[in-house]
Amino acid sequence: MKLSRVIAIPLRQFYLYRGSAARVVPLFAWVTVDMILWGFMTKFLGGLARTSYRFVPALLGAVLFWDFMTRVMQGVTTAFFEDVWSRNFLNVFASPITMPEYIAGLLASSIVTSSIGLVVMIAVATMAFGLSFGVYGAMLFPFVMVLFLFGMALGVGTTAIVLRLGPAAEWFVWPIPAILSPFAAVYYPLSTLPAPLQWISRLLPPSYIFEGMRAVVAGHHFPLAMLAAAFALAFAYILLAYWFFARVFRHAVRTGLIARYSAETIS
Amino acid sequence: MPERCPVHLVFMPATRAPYHCIRVPTATKAACEPVLRVENLRKHYGALQAVKGIHFQVCPNEIVGLLGVNGAGKTTTISMILGVLEPTAGSIHISGIDLARHRARALASTNFAAVYAPLPGNLTVYQNLRVFALLYGVPDFRTRCQAVLKAFDLQKFRNVKCGVLSSGEQTRVGLAKAMLNRPRVLLLDEPTASIDPASARDIRHTIRSFARRSEVGILWTSHNMYEVEEICDRVLFLSHGDIILEGDPKSLPSQFGKPTLEELFISVAREPLDWEGRNQ
Repeated sequence: MKLSRVIAIPLRQFYLYRGSAARVVPLFAWVTVDMILWGFMTKFLGGLARTSYRFVPALLGAVLFWDFMTRVMQGVTTAFFEDVWSRNFLNVFASPITMPEYIAGLLASSIVTSSIGLVVMIAVATMAFGLSFGVYGAMLFPFVMVLFLFGMALGVGTTAIVLRLGPAAEWFVWPIPAILSPFAAVYYPLSTLPAPLQWISRLLPPSYIFEGMRAVVAGHHFPLAMLAAAFALAFAYILLAYWFFARVFRHAVRTGLIARYSAETIS
Repeated sequence: MPERCPVHLVFMPATRAPYHCIRVPTATKAACEPVLRVENLRKHYGALQAVKGIHFQVCPNEIVGLLGVNGAGKTTTISMILGVLEPTAGSIHISGIDLARHRARALASTNFAAVYAPLPGNLTVYQNLRVFALLYGVPDFRTRCQAVLKAFDLQKFRNVKCGVLSSGEQTRVGLAKAMLNRPRVLLLDEPTASIDPASARDIRHTIRSFARRSEVGILWTSHNMYEVEEICDRVLFLSHGDIILEGDPKSLPSQFGKPTLEELFISVAREPLDWEGRNQ
């Protein structure tokens, strides 16, 4: 893997973001709105429930982490879409860049853009609503890492779908976090779901993290075996997403899809 | 004296009558260490044979014209050499490196420009060149960038977004990017298609001097036969996915009783059997 070829992808993103408010504003606008909305919602629920349950770290914290995972996914897909929108596939893939280098470049772009969103969310949640990350203790880092890994897997996997189906398939990508969220136990405990749906949840690494987050906030123990399962699943999804992208890319090169991508005619 | 290419035996789709590739010996490049070697290259899409086992090579300092009607297989051939389309069979060697086995190494010494592959319009000329310099591993980017900007008269557009440039200026940016890594193999697919005649002549001159100076071999497609005659050392006529004629564009027309290369092109495109039979 050659570093200069990997760097070319985030550098291109940097140039695009530097000259475009339309790209910069969404990095923090929607997550800020989400923090404000859920911040007041947690305040309202806290007042309504009259219990000792800590809504801010349990609910607002969960929304923050879920938004972070969504930003990681969208960071990957948006960097890919820039090549789709500017019809740049032929120029990029006729260069010496390899598929792993290209994916690494997309991930590097995503790390930067999702970090910006995370910093803004943390600032709003802590300053406006008193969210303290100290409550998660030593579990904070592994929680974030699992969500980050799963976000990357989603990004690479959905990118492969768009590569396979053509530019119009981009509309499959945007709702994916919303589709997964009922099963990811972001807003409510896993036990709220009917038993059959809980099986779907158990296939999703975020469900372990949000269950663990609520347990830690409530002062309970979060078994390390659950954390290990979440990591194992997240890594498995990354491998699966990479395999899927590689397969789709190979198909695209074999059929000529790369050379005539915008035509959307090659199945 | 025209001779038959030893490995080609092609059947006309309509008549099933066989005809052969005719290779006319050229004065140039009798023997060389080719920068591009294509052997038995095939591409099938199901039953459709887009490219039917072609062979050719390009020598250093040589400009080879790849000619043929629309749909003859030129862009398919170029796509395979660029590594964006996998051949059904055959091999491509760039500077002796097998493209199928060592894609990144082979493509590091290749580049291309095509009217259907403009650089992203939302980046400036400089930004595009910077990004592609990283992709191609260009050392000393500043110096090289200045050189290609000057060669294609693009200095004043250095910080202008490519999308607001005229089509001719965008073509020049594409050519600047194609020269950036000092390629050993340069693929130019109708490089002057959207450029005015005066600028096209300047660009041909620039590319010609680049080919003479830098040991590059160029594969050039164009529908402008005057341009091909002026710049190409050798031409390959592609028809129905096969090379059916090869030779020096300056002497070929007279050898086949045609006044110009354009007349020869039209003749080959319309009646390949007819003109071939007259020269046996």
